[in-house]
Amino acid sequence: MQTISVSDAVSQALAEEMRRDPRVMMFGEGVATKRGDLLTEFGPQRVRNTPLAEGIIAGTAAGAAAMGLRPVIDLLFAPFLSLAMDGIMNSAGKLRFLSGGQFEFPMVVMTMTGAGWGVGAQHNHNLEAMFVHAPGLKVVMPSSTADFKGLLKSAIRDNNPVLFFMDLALAHTPGPVPEGEHVVPLGQAAVLKPGHDVTLVSYAKTVGSCLQAAEQLAAHGVDAEVIDLRTLKPLDEATILRSVRKTGRLVVVHEAAAPCGVGAEVAAIVSERAFGALKAPIKRVTGPDAPAASSWVLEQAGVPQAETVVKAALGLMAETDTLVV
Amino acid sequence: MPSPSRTSMLETMMLIRAHEEKLATIAGQAPGTCTAVGQEAAAVGAVMALQPRDRILTNHRSAGHLLARGADPGRLMAEVMGRATGYCKGKSGSLHVSARELGVVLTSTIVGGELSLATGVALAQKMGGAGTEPGGITTVFFGDGAACEGIFHEALNLAVTWQLPVLYICENNQWQAFVRRDETMPHEHVRPWAEGHGLPSLTVDGNDVETVHAATLAAAEQVRRTGKPYFLELNTYRARGHFEPDDQSYVPPAELARWKARDPITLQRDRLLASGQLGHGEYAHIEQRVAALVEAAFSFAQTSPWPDLRELTTDVYA
Repeated sequence: MQTISVSDAVSQALAEEMRRDPRVMMFGEGVATKRGDLLTEFGPQRVRNTPLAEGIIAGTAAGAAAMGLRPVIDLLFAPFLSLAMDGIMNSAGKLRFLSGGQFEFPMVVMTMTGAGWGVGAQHNHNLEAMFVHAPGLKVVMPSSTADFKGLLKSAIRDNNPVLFFMDLALAHTPGPVPEGEHVVPLGQAAVLKPGHDVTLVSYAKTVGSCLQAAEQLAAHGVDAEVIDLRTLKPLDEATILRSVRKTGRLVVVHEAAAPCGVGAEVAAIVSERAFGALKAPIKRVTGPDAPAASSWVLEQAGVPQAETVVKAALGLMAETDTLVV
Repeated sequence: MPSPSRTSMLETMMLIRAHEEKLATIAGQAPGTCTAVGQEAAAVGAVMALQPRDRILTNHRSAGHLLARGADPGRLMAEVMGRATGYCKGKSGSLHVSARELGVVLTSTIVGGELSLATGVALAQKMGGAGTEPGGITTVFFGDGAACEGIFHEALNLAVTWQLPVLYICENNQWQAFVRRDETMPHEHVRPWAEGHGLPSLTVDGNDVETVHAATLAAAEQVRRTGKPYFLELNTYRARGHFEPDDQSYVPPAELARWKARDPITLQRDRLLASGQLGHGEYAHIEQRVAALVEAAFSFAQTSPWPDLRELTTDVYA
């Protein structure tokens, strides 16, 4: 086991996959500047800087992917994806279907988001659910250093367009990563802590809040199960349902706003397919439905903290007691 | 590659016209049909100057490009009518028909979408992607409307900067959906914008199929030799409405009449008749052949099965 930063884990994944498959290439805003090691090893044809023009970066990736390359593009900050929607959503996401299966789009869109750098709402917007809503795309958002590496490798090997959201607060977090080949399949959630009383479902940085919450809940005699979704599409429904059928209580936690978010989807799936197992209403703990502020205090106040998760979980326990009485 | 005969170019234009006019008469069965009637010389002259190893990207007015490339009129009409025998299993309909077997790839109906995708296709050609063939170039067809999209400028800039083998063919047809071109751009032609990006460029009469063919041959040769992009503007006219049905009440009658007097099919027909290369009898035979082809295509499409309802969710993911 090696202990490396998320940033290094991402670099390892990129280098290993480019070494393994000559079709893999990378371009984007500052890619060749910031990833000098890749440029040196793989050369300027496969590692390219681009103009700051997200539309053409995404469209070029889609066109190249359909014709046999496997591009990884870096669009820096998630709000910039709003300028790349045609290439990602209309082309890569739809032209496989619209052409009757004539094309496939093996490409990865990397982007950063989330509170942590105080950069404000035009650099920080957790809009991953927008892509979950778009057919033909897969969406990944890791929380652990090892998953950043393993999921990115799977994303690069996948024959579909994959959105790879990187929570920027985790970028420099050191963590254990297995030595050698480490691949984590898409579409599999991880049960990080088993428990019997309440299920805490999350992804990205708020997985950390849930793990802390689980420790605090233990002090209250509540045994929480913590699930890291890892992939938001395809969603690992089986793992979520299995857990809720066991615990009967569900709190979904994410930094993104609540309306039509991943939490809404998880809650809907559970109420449709495990309603009978629920001992209390489903609770969401999310960021506010407001643009992210720059001011450190305001920015951090928008991130669900362990204390809020604990409160929500204890509320569900109390509500159940009331129901039982 | 042997040059197409002057008569075969005429016949292909006539096939395209007959095909699209047929679609216009069955608009209820062919949803979303956007024709390029009046622009047949652009499609035929340009596409017939390309090679099989080249890749073509087109847009919502694609029938001319596809038929000039050798698409089967029956499968094309079946696609427009949403039938399982269409090039895209009926999932595309009129607006985004791709036929990979013909090298017509990634058709997008998002105006300007084809321009961004073409950049990637050319990048794959340059890097030897498996979906490409050595020595091939990318040709992308778009209109003056797409040139007003931001992505036009992003695409040209990147193709020049990365030295990609793209032949940009702008069919300047004077109308952008329901808006006159002179309401959206400060000048007559798109070419100055391309020049501004550093592309070698040329504007020619897009209604003269032989002029278009010669210009495209030269342009494609230059792209193939240099590996760099080229911009060819074909000055032409959208003689029918934006989509079918459309009464064109917004089109000045004098303008329409002026352009119809320069109809590309009439121009080529009269030229060949006058030169003696085509007799009136042979011309009548071509008319009959084309009409029979279109009727057979319609019959094939109409009797083709609808897609199986399971196709609703197939081909979404690889």
